[in-house]
Amino acid sequence: MADTPLLSVRDLSMRFGGLLAVDRVSMDVAPREVVSIIGPNGAGKTTVFNCISGFYRPTDGEVLFENKPMHRLPGFKIARAGMVRTFQNVRLFKEMTVVENLLVAQHMQAERNLLKGLLLTRGFRRREAELLDRAAHWLERVGLIEFANREAGNLAYGQQRRLEIARCMVTQPKLLMLDEPAAGLNPNETHDLDRLIVQLKEEEGITVLLIEHDMSLVMGISDRIYVVNQGKPLADGTPEEVRRNPEVIKAYLGEE
Amino acid sequence: MKGKLLPAFFAAGLTLLLGASVLGVQLQSQGIDTVVMVHGPLTWLGLFAAAVVVFAYQLIKGRVQRVREKARQGSRFRLPAFLENPAQRRLMIALAIGALLLFPFLAERSAIDIATLTLIYVMLGLGLNVVVGLAGLLDLGYVGFYAVGAYTYALLNSYFGFSFWEALPIAGGMTALFGYLLGFPVLRLRGDYLAIVTLGFGEIIRILLNNLTEITGGPNGIARIPEPSLFNLQFARRADEGYTSFHEFFGIAYDPTHKVMYLYILSLLFALAVAYIIYRLMRMPIGRAWEALREDDIACRSLGLNPTAVKLSAFTIGASFAGIAGSIFAARQGFISPLSFTFIESAIVLAIVVLGGMGSQLGVILAAIAMTLLPEIAREFNEYRMLLFGLIMVLMMVWRPQGLLPLKRPQMELKRG
Repeated sequence: MADTPLLSVRDLSMRFGGLLAVDRVSMDVAPREVVSIIGPNGAGKTTVFNCISGFYRPTDGEVLFENKPMHRLPGFKIARAGMVRTFQNVRLFKEMTVVENLLVAQHMQAERNLLKGLLLTRGFRRREAELLDRAAHWLERVGLIEFANREAGNLAYGQQRRLEIARCMVTQPKLLMLDEPAAGLNPNETHDLDRLIVQLKEEEGITVLLIEHDMSLVMGISDRIYVVNQGKPLADGTPEEVRRNPEVIKAYLGEE
Repeated sequence: MKGKLLPAFFAAGLTLLLGASVLGVQLQSQGIDTVVMVHGPLTWLGLFAAAVVVFAYQLIKGRVQRVREKARQGSRFRLPAFLENPAQRRLMIALAIGALLLFPFLAERSAIDIATLTLIYVMLGLGLNVVVGLAGLLDLGYVGFYAVGAYTYALLNSYFGFSFWEALPIAGGMTALFGYLLGFPVLRLRGDYLAIVTLGFGEIIRILLNNLTEITGGPNGIARIPEPSLFNLQFARRADEGYTSFHEFFGIAYDPTHKVMYLYILSLLFALAVAYIIYRLMRMPIGRAWEALREDDIACRSLGLNPTAVKLSAFTIGASFAGIAGSIFAARQGFISPLSFTFIESAIVLAIVVLGGMGSQLGVILAAIAMTLLPEIAREFNEYRMLLFGLIMVLMMVWRPQGLLPLKRPQMELKRG
């Protein structure tokens, strides 16, 4: 790791009553890296995600994003700082259209002055046109442009997943956090997702942190992998290192 | 057939039981006693006929429903095609506004007066539609803001002599402030809990107005609230010192209808302004944020939207519309008391929003008209009018549970060049 890390997690712990769901997890994510968190079911991967993205307030430890502490901020402020996430179960605005989903996501870039909007000033119109352009651009990228005016809830599952990623991307984030993006996708769709993530990294220079169960996806695109088991960090390294790590094999396959 | 017999008997029996207790007998006071008076044979005959009808309907219900299903598939209710075209729609709206502006010159005084009340409910419905229909926050205390608006004008006038036009912006601002302050603690709650707390706030405002006798006059209310003036022209028979009266200025005979007409046109303009403002808001970032929040507040947070701020904005903006409607109401009535702001008002306005179709502006306007005109039309049925009201509500639930005109998408379209 030559660069200073974009995201740095130090000794993160999360306790729910008597349950220590996350126990001193640390990780570093450098700019333009794809980093995966893997682990058996219930290992605490999503809890780590929720702590980083501000949906939980961690019991202990710190989260630094571009060297700024994030672990005390509410979720929406973390999102504004440039860390945007998706959810394990897709969370689209289902009754709104596809393009409206992308417009809502650009709320912070929109012209929010009430008077300008009510009077339809030229500045307001220009800004709205920009938002629409960016939405169209990203719909094109994820191949959903012909569904732009459809209700988001009517899209096929794989399309909804891609729309959720597009919705993150229109906010122009620095770090994209994907929570099991391949869950429920067929092999073809998983392959498309794989390509999309690589493209995002190479063409947009975005950093990706993802949780995933699909090992072929994880091994193929990750620069580094963190393994979590029962809330504790188990191992980390390149896909090759992790694959050969006996501890990891034990955690996944059980004791011999 | 046999399986239907038992429920049919049951339904008929239920009809008889309910009908007998509501229509068949009556409590009457004789001196200090209350005696049960049983109605004559004609009423009972009617009740039995009703029970027979219910019995027969239960037997053929299946067939009726099949026919209805077929009819429904045949004709899905839609706006007529000519309203889909924007230019023609604009023309239709212009014509409708023109007709509404002409209306007071053709109708009689009582009709204009009812129309003014209808317009006030249109404003209330549109305002609550922002909170309930768009932002999805169930507010059962909306009448509280209506009361704040009405009392702001009434109190400013009776203590400091503010005119309607001076008090109106203050009333709007005051209710917005109330919405903001009440919203702060309340908006952490959601769904049912929010409904209960807002219900409480609505009642607190009413009870405060009722008990602050030194300031608000308590249950006696505030009387002699003047109607608005038209550029310093007053509508009274004799104008106050330093003012001219409307009829003198134009050299026409004094007619109390002028005042009613003026109030109607004023309410119409305000209702149109409110409708336009909300139309614009729905197509602005804030309106999109409201709808997004209604659908998924966690997703909103993950995209950088501050849910509290978005909710508060809906609450505040919705409240300020109620305040303006309240001021107009006070000016129309000339007298207000806490009795005008009971929970039933909140319920009616909420019914307007739900009947019209959550979030749909045209639907809410139509529902407001229906909800205020129906009781007026049904006045002849006198004690049965609430029954009629309930019947219509039930029929609505059966036939159009999504409201008269549900919100239509999209608000914003991506057009490809």
